[in-house]
Amino acid sequence: MSLIATLARLEAVSTGRAQPAATVRHRHLSERPLVLVPLITAGEAGAPLGALVGTDRDAPRLLVVPQPRDRDLRFAFLAELADVVLPYVDGFADVVEAAERSETDPETGKRVKVEVELCADAPQLIVPSRAGVDLVRLLGRSMRFRRTAEQDPEAPFPAPPRVPLLGRWLTHFGERARVPGSSLLLAMTDVLARHWATGQSTLEDQHLGALLAWIDPPEGRSGAKAAQEAELARDADGQLVCPPAGPATDPAFDNKLLAPAIERYDRARGALAAAEDGLEADERLGALTAAEREIRALVESRTRPTWDAVWRGLDLLRKLPEGARVEERWTRDRWSFTGHRDRVLAGEPPQPRRDDAVTAANKLAVREREQARLEAQEALDDPLVMAARRLSGEAFAGEVVDVVMAYSESRRPSPRPLVTVRTDDRPHLGERVRAYRSLGGKPQTAEFVGYEEGPEDGLLVLRVMDRMGRGKEPEEGSVPEKGDRVCFTLFEHEPRGGAKLPDPEETPWTHGGPPGEEAVPEPADPVTEEDVL
Amino acid sequence: MPPPRTREKALRHRLAELRGPEVEAKALDARALAALAANPGCRRRAILDGAGVDKAVLADALGSPSVFGQSQFAFVRGNAFEAKVKADGGTELLRLAHEKLDRGAEPPAGARVPDLTAQGPRGRTARTELALREAAEAPGAWTLLDHPMLALDVAGSPAFLEPDAVVVHPDGSWTVVEIKSFPMLDGAADPAKVGAAARQSAVYVLALEQVAARLDSAPRVRHRILLVCPKDFSNLPTASAVDVRRQRAVTARQLERLTRIEEIADALPEGTCFSPKLPAERLTEAVESVPATYAPECLSACELAFHCRDRARAQDVVTRLGRPVRAELGGLTTIGEVLAAARGEAGDPDDPAVAALRRAAALRAEALGTAAPEVAPCR
Repeated sequence: MSLIATLARLEAVSTGRAQPAATVRHRHLSERPLVLVPLITAGEAGAPLGALVGTDRDAPRLLVVPQPRDRDLRFAFLAELADVVLPYVDGFADVVEAAERSETDPETGKRVKVEVELCADAPQLIVPSRAGVDLVRLLGRSMRFRRTAEQDPEAPFPAPPRVPLLGRWLTHFGERARVPGSSLLLAMTDVLARHWATGQSTLEDQHLGALLAWIDPPEGRSGAKAAQEAELARDADGQLVCPPAGPATDPAFDNKLLAPAIERYDRARGALAAAEDGLEADERLGALTAAEREIRALVESRTRPTWDAVWRGLDLLRKLPEGARVEERWTRDRWSFTGHRDRVLAGEPPQPRRDDAVTAANKLAVREREQARLEAQEALDDPLVMAARRLSGEAFAGEVVDVVMAYSESRRPSPRPLVTVRTDDRPHLGERVRAYRSLGGKPQTAEFVGYEEGPEDGLLVLRVMDRMGRGKEPEEGSVPEKGDRVCFTLFEHEPRGGAKLPDPEETPWTHGGPPGEEAVPEPADPVTEEDVL
Repeated sequence: MPPPRTREKALRHRLAELRGPEVEAKALDARALAALAANPGCRRRAILDGAGVDKAVLADALGSPSVFGQSQFAFVRGNAFEAKVKADGGTELLRLAHEKLDRGAEPPAGARVPDLTAQGPRGRTARTELALREAAEAPGAWTLLDHPMLALDVAGSPAFLEPDAVVVHPDGSWTVVEIKSFPMLDGAADPAKVGAAARQSAVYVLALEQVAARLDSAPRVRHRILLVCPKDFSNLPTASAVDVRRQRAVTARQLERLTRIEEIADALPEGTCFSPKLPAERLTEAVESVPATYAPECLSACELAFHCRDRARAQDVVTRLGRPVRAELGGLTTIGEVLAAARGEAGDPDDPAVAALRRAAALRAEALGTAAPEVAPCR
C-alpha cells in the first residue's frame, strides 16, 4: 500500500466514510452483465446449494439444490445454470467485426497479416467476492470432463447435455480472471476496493456488505457503524442481518435453518417413495413440494441481499467515468473470448487438468506483461494513481520553463530540443535515463540531460527524442512549450514482454520437449458409487 | 528461588486460579495454534491459551462473541471422511503412509492400533507416551496411534495437543498424520489451507520430539508429515507428504521467544480471574490488564479478535488498518497523530516520516483537485 492509499484510509476513518482511491473507473463494465450469486454446502467441494443468476436486477433466476448430496439434483442445478449462462454467452458469439492478426505463415515462416473475426462485445460475469471467482473455477473443473450420454453411452451417471460445455466456459472465465486488468469475470469486492479506500483493513474489505456500508452509508449514519453492523448484527433468531456474500454460508444458518429444512425434505421424499397408492402419493407429493419450497425460500433469503448489493455496487461504479485506456484492455478480453469461442467451435478438447510447459510459460508471460501494462495505464488514466507514482519517484510533473532548439549530430540533423522543467517531485534520475510522456495517446521519449543547478532546485533538463515528425522542424504541438504543464514517467507506457518463447515444436527437453503425438483427450473423473460427495 | 518442581506446581496453581474455580483447562486446538502462529507477540492470547481459558466462551461473556462456528454439514463431512480414512484398523491410512513416505519398508499388514483411552488430558498423554515406548521396544512393525494426546511446553506451561494420528514406521521413526476434508484437486490443494495444516502439524512434530527425547532409543520424528485429503470431487482419500521443516523451525523459534507465561502471570493484579461466570465489567477489567497486540489477521485466528478490535478502534491506533501501515509511519502510532502531521498541524517537518506524509497529502489533494478532500464523490 502506498502512503497515499494509507492516508486515504486514515481519512476514511476520521470522516466515517470511504475516500476515493481512483478518479476514474479502471475496469470495463458491460451494459448487460450476468450477475451470479452462488452458495455452496459447507465442507463439500463443489456441492452447490443454490444461486441467484441473471442479467435483470429485478428478476433474478433462483436455482436451488434441495439435497446437495443428491447427484441428480446437482446435475439438474447445473443444467439449469447452463440454460441461463450459455444463451447469454452465445449471444455475444455471433456479432463479429473484421480484425487483423499477425500469424506465422506455415510455408514461408514469415509473419503475415490475416483477416480474422473479433467478437464485437464479450460477456461479463460478476460475482460478489473473490471466493466466488474461485468457485467459478472449481465448478468449471468439476464439469468440463463430464461425459454426456451422447458422448459416451456407457458412462455411469451421464451429465445433462450442456453441462460439459458450461464447464469449459466457466474454466475460461476463471482462467481469464487471473490476468491483471481483465474484466470477463469480476469480483465486486475487488473492484469496489480498487476504487475506494475504506477505514478498515484490506482483510475486512472482503466483506461486501461492510465495504458498501463504508462507500455508501445509509443517510445520516457513519460508514464505520454501518459496516460493523453489516458484519456482526444478528436478528432475534441469531441469524446475520446481512448474510455473507458467499459462496460459504453462515454456520448459524446451516445449523438452525438449513439442516432442519433439508431433513424435512429428506423425510418427505422418503415418505413419497414409500407411498402405496396414487391418492397417498398425491398427498405426499404435496408435502415434498412444500418442503422444497421452504428450502428455496431459505436460499433466496440468503442470496437476495447479496444480489441487491452487487447491483448497488455496479450503480456506484457506473457513476465513475471510464478510464481512457479501459476500452483497449476490454478489447483484449474480447480477443480472449473470441479465441475460446473458436476453440469450442473447432471441437477442441476441454482445457487440460494441467497445462503443458509451453502453455504455462505463455500464461505466465502474459500475466506479467499485463500486470506491467495495467500499472502503467492506470497511472496514465488517473492523476490519483499517478500521484502515488510521483511520490515513489517513478514520475514527475511540472511546468516547462524553457525550450532550447537543438539538433542531433548525424548527417541529416533531426530536432532534439532541450526542455527545462521545474518540478517539486523527486524522481530517481540518472544520466541518460529515459522518461516518457503521453502525446496524443502515444508515448514520447525524452532523455534526462542533467539538473540546471543542482538536484535541490528541481530544474530538470530533458532532451526530446522522438515523435516530432520527419522534417527538420518539429511538427506543430510535438514539443512542449514554455508554460506547459507536463507529466513524465520513468516507466514505459507500453511495456514490452520478455523474449519471445520458442514455438511448441522447439520446446527444449528441459521443459518436456516438443509435444508428442496427437494429444489424447483426458478421461473423465472416475465416478464413485456413493452419493456423499 | 524455590526448586523447579514447586515452581512448576505454583504456576499450575496460579493458572488454575486465572481460569476460575471448577473450570477445566482447554486443550490447545487448531485455532489456538493458528493464532499462535499469526500473532506470537500477543500477551493476552499467550496467557489465555497458556491458562487453558476457553476464549470463545470468554468472548461471549465480554459481549463481543466470536464468529467462528462450524456448520454441521462440514462437521459431519469431516468426521465421515476421517472415519473412512481410519476404517479397518487404518488399513487405507497405513497404505498411504507406506506409499507416500516409506516405500522401502515392508507393506503394512496387521498393524498394531493400541487403545489410547484414559482419564483426562494428563492420563491420555501418559497413555500415548506408553504406547510410543512400547512401539519403540518392539520395532519392525507398523503402529497406528488414533487421536493420541501430546503435551508441549508453551511458555513454561504444558499445552495439550491432539493430532489426528501418529504412525510408527517399522524402522522406529514417527510420522504425524493430518486428515483434512478440503479436496486435493488434480494433486494440488488450496495453498492457504495446506499452509495452515503444515503449521499445525509442525507443532505436533515439536511435541513428538519432546517425547522422543525422553525415550532411550530416541526415535526419529519425520519432518515430512502425511496430509490426507479427499481426491478431486470424490470422498476417496489421497495423501501427500508435506515438508514441515520450515514451519517447525519458525514455530520452535517463536516458542523460545515467547514471554514466559510466568512473567505475564506475575504482572497481573492480585485476584485476576477469567472465569466466564464473572460479571462483564470485571471480566473486561481482567482482560484489559494484559496488553494485546491486535492486527486484522487476528480476525481469522482468535476468538477474542472482535473485542480487541473494538479496543483498538477506541484507542485510534493505526495497526487496526493492518500491520504494513505502521511501517510507513515511523513513530506515529495513532490515526489522529498521523492526520495532524499530514495536515501540517503537528509533527516535526524534519522527521522523514512526517515530510513524506505531507508530500503524500499534497499530491493527493492536487490529484483530487481539492485543498481538503472531505467527501467521497460517490453520491
